[in-house]
Amino acid sequence: MMTVSYSWLMALSAAIFTIGVAGVLIRRNIFVMFMSIELMLNAVNLAFVTMARRMGSMDGQVIVFFVMTVAAAEAAVGLAIIISIFRNRETVNADELKLMRW
Amino acid sequence: MTTVHFPALGLILLFPALGFLFNLFYGARWGRRWVNVVGPGVIFAAFAVVFVSFIRLLTLPAGSVLTVTLWRWIQAGPFHANFTLQMDALSALMTLIVTGVGALIHVYSVGYMAHDDDFARFFAYLNLFELSMLILVLADNLVLMFMGWEGVGLCSYLLISFWYTNPAFAYAGRKAFVANRVGDAGFLLGMFTIVATLGSHGSWTLNFGGIQSHLALFTTQTATIATLLLLVGATGKSAQIPLYVWLPDAMAGPTPVSALIHAATMVTAGVYMIARLHFLFALAPTTMELVATIGAVTAIYAGSIALVQPDIKKVLAYSTISQLGYMFLGVGVGAFTAGVFHLMTHAFFKALLFLCAGSVMHSLDGEQDMFKMGGLRSKIPITYATMLIATLAISALPPFAGFFSKDQILESVYNSGHHGLWILGIITAAMTSFYMFRLIFLTFYGESRVEEAKAHHIHESPSVMTTPLIILAVLSIIGGWIGLPEHVLWGNKLSAFLAPSVGEFTPIMHGSALMLTAVSLSLALLGIIAAWYFYLVAPGMPYLIAYQLKAGYNLLLNKYYVDELYNLIITRPLFWLSTLVLGRVIDAFIIDGIVDGAGLMVETGGQLSRRIETGNVQQYAFVYVLGVLAIVAYYLYLVTH
Repeated sequence: MMTVSYSWLMALSAAIFTIGVAGVLIRRNIFVMFMSIELMLNAVNLAFVTMARRMGSMDGQVIVFFVMTVAAAEAAVGLAIIISIFRNRETVNADELKLMRW
Repeated sequence: MTTVHFPALGLILLFPALGFLFNLFYGARWGRRWVNVVGPGVIFAAFAVVFVSFIRLLTLPAGSVLTVTLWRWIQAGPFHANFTLQMDALSALMTLIVTGVGALIHVYSVGYMAHDDDFARFFAYLNLFELSMLILVLADNLVLMFMGWEGVGLCSYLLISFWYTNPAFAYAGRKAFVANRVGDAGFLLGMFTIVATLGSHGSWTLNFGGIQSHLALFTTQTATIATLLLLVGATGKSAQIPLYVWLPDAMAGPTPVSALIHAATMVTAGVYMIARLHFLFALAPTTMELVATIGAVTAIYAGSIALVQPDIKKVLAYSTISQLGYMFLGVGVGAFTAGVFHLMTHAFFKALLFLCAGSVMHSLDGEQDMFKMGGLRSKIPITYATMLIATLAISALPPFAGFFSKDQILESVYNSGHHGLWILGIITAAMTSFYMFRLIFLTFYGESRVEEAKAHHIHESPSVMTTPLIILAVLSIIGGWIGLPEHVLWGNKLSAFLAPSVGEFTPIMHGSALMLTAVSLSLALLGIIAAWYFYLVAPGMPYLIAYQLKAGYNLLLNKYYVDELYNLIITRPLFWLSTLVLGRVIDAFIIDGIVDGAGLMVETGGQLSRRIETGNVQQYAFVYVLGVLAIVAYYLYLVTH
């Protein structure tokens, strides 16, 4: 069986996380920003299971379940908020959602 | 000397305190009927307790002290001062005067303030004054005495500017307060000197008994410094040169206030303080000389001003300063009993004079100019009769009260070898009888010069006002009889009573007493005759003399221009300093600059930093990422190094 080295897995995780960060910072559509956040979460999940396997410990795997649970809740609440915003403002462009400022 | 625990002394303070609180909080709401009962009532109650205490003191051997410690007051390291009251002979006499004369004046005030809407505040202040004055005379240590000392000063201020809507009256109150502050600073410094001197030897006390038992720790120098500073306090409170200027202006207050505070009680506090600390003053001959000199000079100085004043209350005010000068003269030559004796008789006849003046003003709608009075003798007979008695008393004619006390002072002055001061004293005696009879003749005799509008409703005051007058008149007659000269009838009872408290006066020589009395008496009669001639026989004479001696007359009329002088050398420079330097530079520029600058800095900082808050969530996230990167970089740095 071919085994992928841990370094590759960690590199993949870092790449996905960076894509997520870039997506949040660069894209203006809050839906895309939201999805980018999901990317980051899953990048971290990947890092967790990789390290759990390497350490031979279950801790990392358990934490991943927690993360997935929280991510599910976050997705529900976050999407609800986005829909609500869209109903009120008829836009999902982050540049147009700047009410909380000086 | 025995010390007897006597808790009832606390009641003496309790009654006026309750009266003050009642009048302050409920007086206006419950109305005049309650205030008229409670205001004087509490003072009568206090007087009753004082009287009982006095009787108790008389039953004890001479030199005994009644005392009660109400609570532990100040405890600072080794120093402690308790709220302790003590009543020895001197305090007993003072409390009798303060509550006795005070009660009569409270009754009089009921009539005098009958048409004033602010009666509740008036009686609250009067009660508070009584409380402070009683603390002052009953205190067993200098700290507690100082509390009373400040309290009476405060009440004096409040009552002088009682009619505060009149700017001139408010100004007079301020003037009294400031002049008294100067004196109080001296009192405080004197107190510090005493406690520092005793404390440096390990005896941390300001109790009168404690100071007296540690007298050996004082050198002549420290005693002189301490007493000189205390003397500054005394000149402030007792209106002596150079701090007397507030008393004439203090006549702005209601007349009962002038009678109670600025004639009978508060202004004698300085004399009381010197008598109370007589053992300390005895260590400082220089101070004693100064006390006597200040007294004699003030007496003749104020007496001369009183000669020409047209205002009935101003005459009495300067007369008060002059008589206080006599008291200082007496205690200054070591005749403490004589000084305190004059304090007592003066309280009777000067309170009476002021109350009579108030009664005259009351009948004339507040007229104070004696040249707009005249011929009132038959219209207000009780006021006339009582005022005449008081005038005879202050002019020191036998057998009226003032005769015995003033004679004792002058005799002591002569016998102590101060012949120059004695001459000033007898000249003042002549002046006293002159200006007092001038007042009587201008007010009650001759043609009526009352203005038309006021002439038709001249009326005698109600009996609530005349009754105190009559009682005080009786006291002005018989009050001096407890201090008869030695070997006459029962002799000097008062001196024997006071001696354990204030020390015996031992004159250098004897025998000339009758001669001295004759001299001062004949000068007093001369004053009366002069007044009679000038103001009844030849009413044109005063104008002629005033015209001939214009410079001198104007000097006296304008009170030697001392107010103007003080204005020029103290008030104006101070005012200038406060407005220009302190006001415009320090206050407006530096202090306001700091305060406004602090505000401006915060505002500018806020204006600049609020720009960070763009509301753009991606910018926030960017900064957040930068922060995370910084932390990661930091840990990488730690790992690699």
